[in-house]
Amino acid sequence: MVTFNFLVLTALAYVALLFVVAFWADARASRGGARWLRSPLTYTLSLSVYCTAWTFYGAVGNAARSGLEYLTIYLGPTLVFLGWWWILRKLVRIGRARRITSIADLISSRYGKSSALAVLVTLLALAGTTPYIALQLQSVTLSFAVFANASADAGVARWDQSDLQTTAFWVASGLALFTILFGTRNLDTNERHHGVVTAIALEAVVKLVALLAVGVFVVWGVSGGIGDTLQIIAASPVAEWQPQPSRWIGMTFLSAAAIICLPRMFQVMVVEYSDERHLSAASWAFPLYLLAMSLFVLPIAVVGLAVLPDGANPDLFVLTLPLELDQEGLAVLAFLGGFSSATSMVIVAAIALSTMISNHIVVPLWLSSRPKGATVSGDLRQVVITSRRLAIIGILGLGYIYFRVTGGSNALSAIGLVSFAGVAQVLPALLGALFWRGATRAGAMAGLCAGFALWSITLALPAVGLFGPDTLQDGLFGTSLLRPQALFGVSSLDPLVHSILWSISVNTVLFLLVSLMTFPSPMERLQGVSFVNAFDGTDAQRGWVSGTVESEDLLVMTQRLLGARQAQALFQHEAARQGKPDGLPDPTPAFVELLERELAGSVGAATAHAMIGQINGDAVISVDDLLAVADESAQMLEHSSQLEAKSEELQQTARQLRLANEKLTALSVQKDAFLSQVSHELRTPMTSIRSFSEFMMEDGMTPAERTRYSTIIHDESLRLTRLLDDLLDLSVLESGQGQLNEAWTNLRDLIDRAVASAGADGKLILKRDRSAEDLSLFTDPDRLVQVFINVITNAGKYCTAASPELAITARVSGTMIEIDFVDNGAGIPAAQQALIFEKFARLSDQAAAGSAGLGLAICREVMARLGGEITYLADQQGAGFRIQVPQRLGSVEKLRA
Amino acid sequence: MTGPSRRVGTPLFLERGVYRRRRLIDAAKLLPFLAMALFLIPAWLSSGNDGAPGQTSAHLIYFFAAWLLLIAVALWLSHALHRSEGADTSEEDTPPVGPAE
Repeated sequence: MVTFNFLVLTALAYVALLFVVAFWADARASRGGARWLRSPLTYTLSLSVYCTAWTFYGAVGNAARSGLEYLTIYLGPTLVFLGWWWILRKLVRIGRARRITSIADLISSRYGKSSALAVLVTLLALAGTTPYIALQLQSVTLSFAVFANASADAGVARWDQSDLQTTAFWVASGLALFTILFGTRNLDTNERHHGVVTAIALEAVVKLVALLAVGVFVVWGVSGGIGDTLQIIAASPVAEWQPQPSRWIGMTFLSAAAIICLPRMFQVMVVEYSDERHLSAASWAFPLYLLAMSLFVLPIAVVGLAVLPDGANPDLFVLTLPLELDQEGLAVLAFLGGFSSATSMVIVAAIALSTMISNHIVVPLWLSSRPKGATVSGDLRQVVITSRRLAIIGILGLGYIYFRVTGGSNALSAIGLVSFAGVAQVLPALLGALFWRGATRAGAMAGLCAGFALWSITLALPAVGLFGPDTLQDGLFGTSLLRPQALFGVSSLDPLVHSILWSISVNTVLFLLVSLMTFPSPMERLQGVSFVNAFDGTDAQRGWVSGTVESEDLLVMTQRLLGARQAQALFQHEAARQGKPDGLPDPTPAFVELLERELAGSVGAATAHAMIGQINGDAVISVDDLLAVADESAQMLEHSSQLEAKSEELQQTARQLRLANEKLTALSVQKDAFLSQVSHELRTPMTSIRSFSEFMMEDGMTPAERTRYSTIIHDESLRLTRLLDDLLDLSVLESGQGQLNEAWTNLRDLIDRAVASAGADGKLILKRDRSAEDLSLFTDPDRLVQVFINVITNAGKYCTAASPELAITARVSGTMIEIDFVDNGAGIPAAQQALIFEKFARLSDQAAAGSAGLGLAICREVMARLGGEITYLADQQGAGFRIQVPQRLGSVEKLRA
Repeated sequence: MTGPSRRVGTPLFLERGVYRRRRLIDAAKLLPFLAMALFLIPAWLSSGNDGAPGQTSAHLIYFFAAWLLLIAVALWLSHALHRSEGADTSEEDTPPVGPAE
């Protein structure tokens, strides 16, 4: 007798084997070896996730209840695979070329990357898959219970509901662990999981061998051969076959739709896929696998009906029949077959769904909840992996909850068909995506929503038992037209066929109608072209001859690259040339070539060719990639212009530094010169003072001589004092210290004071316009007078004319007052004009000047302090100085600040 | 428009290998329709409205025979397509209209 513990150990050992195989395959794949892991055989075997515990156990149950009907579940997929050239080939090509990660991804990217559609498909898939996962949990727990109850005869208590629930919980936990370990170990851009696929292939072999073994045992071991088995069939309750054509066709259609639309099938068929040739092999190998899986179903069912006591659950015949006939080894094998069917389905479905949930719900939410531009790529990987792990736990948790809530209803196949009908709602949108360029997002949305709603009302909610018998009898809201299983009085149909008919047909009609009425966005149109024409133009590299390219598409792309105005101008020009001044130009080959050249100018020839080729349907880069390229090049342009600006800035800084350095060097030279000049200036009076005081120390001096010498000494020391005063004054001014005593004053008074102090009245003839000088200003009067004195004194000293004249004119210029002092002398030679404001810059004989040569330098500093300036007027006849001073001291400085 | 465009260098008639491959593809496309006929029509014939109910065992044999036949054809097509792969570089769904048939 097989004990329950032995069974648990066997199951654990089997799971351990799966772990080892998956781990080994992952390791081999990461080393790049083991090509057979990616062979057509592995591909075909991995497709067998279609055959779940539902088909393993439930098919026999179905056959025992309704005869041949179970075949439809296998005939539908057979049709699809025999017709692989139509749909699967295109699906796989698009999936590979565009790195599609799930069916939601496919639908959403075909319809212009619509995230709403992706979410909708994800939810639909979740709603369709959850009961299915519950179904797997149920079959595994029931099969455990069979063994537990078999050993119960040997004195152990029989299982009750809580034992089943505990088992289901542990199975769900174990599956979650396995899926997380191998499904989210790494984040491959292709979403491929070598370890999982290899483990699935192994499971495919196990379940096939198990079912065949039971079948062979039943046919040859129990019945005594094929002929006898056929006789048993003829004598069984299902001997007569009287199908309803609508149900037969409906179920075949449903299973055909399911194999295309089921998330787990999409995962193994398209996402985990590596070589297009595998599909051609699978076109016969997978139907063969299905044939083998269904070959012995009916014999097992009829023999079970004959051998087992009445009331035995036909859904478990595969298991109970060998047990009944004391074939315990076979029973354990059958148990493992059912176990592997269930686990492989749950693992792949959980991977597929978690990918969809994380890619289309969690990550977009996470990204939108974050401040823009703050993402680091490492961040996102962690978010994706974590969200997938949580999603896997959530999905299995949902399945477990569903299992507990529905209490493990007995008809396995009913739940499976409900699931199928749910995911089949994607079919119209999917086929439209592949074959009809006119399909729009709004159409897909409308069709999916309507289909989803009708499926819920007519099939899913009644199946869950959410509608009471009253609702089923009297209709929603008491309206008899809205009876969930007989909408609008269509009551002659089987509930399943009724639901498929309504949901799929309303779905399709809405999809078509809304698509016809709405206008797709440019992105949708681009994607539509590249999806529908997935096989076009693999050999069309000789020029743009095919007419698939559309002007709008070209315009959209050109605008992105050249900017709106330039692109529109280009298109308008071409339209005018083609004689269509109001519309878009026809995409003639010549125009497309012209466009390519234009684009090549901004993105480079290769990219331009690829982009035009893309719109032309030639290449297999997605529009997203292209837009990324366009954005990238725009960014690159921006980046390079930033770099340019930076280097410009650097050059400017360098220039400024050079200038500063030159200035410093010049200043240092100037300082040295200044020091030597100061010492020289100090030395001359000191020399005369010393020599004359030496003379005076000698004896025999006449009083007249003494007086003369002491006068010279006095004069020289006065000159020294003046020089030192000036130096002091200058250093105070230059260092910006020294107080200004501002006051309101009148310019005429200031000039009067200056003329008087300079003592110029005798020597110079002054030409003044005293009324024009009558200007009031706010400044430091003493300092300004000092400047005036200096200028007037200089005129007196240096004017070489016979009768020296000085013209003083004052006027207002803006906020400034300009005072020109122009004499009638020879002026200053042009070469020396630049030097006059420098310190010690005496142009003529020093003695004649009798000053230290600091006057104009001081004037310049004073004027700078007063917010004005003193300049030499070069274009006058004689020497001319212009003094500019603000009318109101402070106002200019404020402005300058 | 200049009508269905013929690619530069495409001959008027295809060479034998390419022609064969095109016909193989046609066959592969037709196969599911044969399968539909084989799988769905018996459901009508055996529906109880106007005739006697069918025998389950006989139909079981019929379905598996038809199934095997279809698998055999698919196997042959798959191999033949694989062999002829080099013949036609164009993987288009629909060959250019007009020439080359």
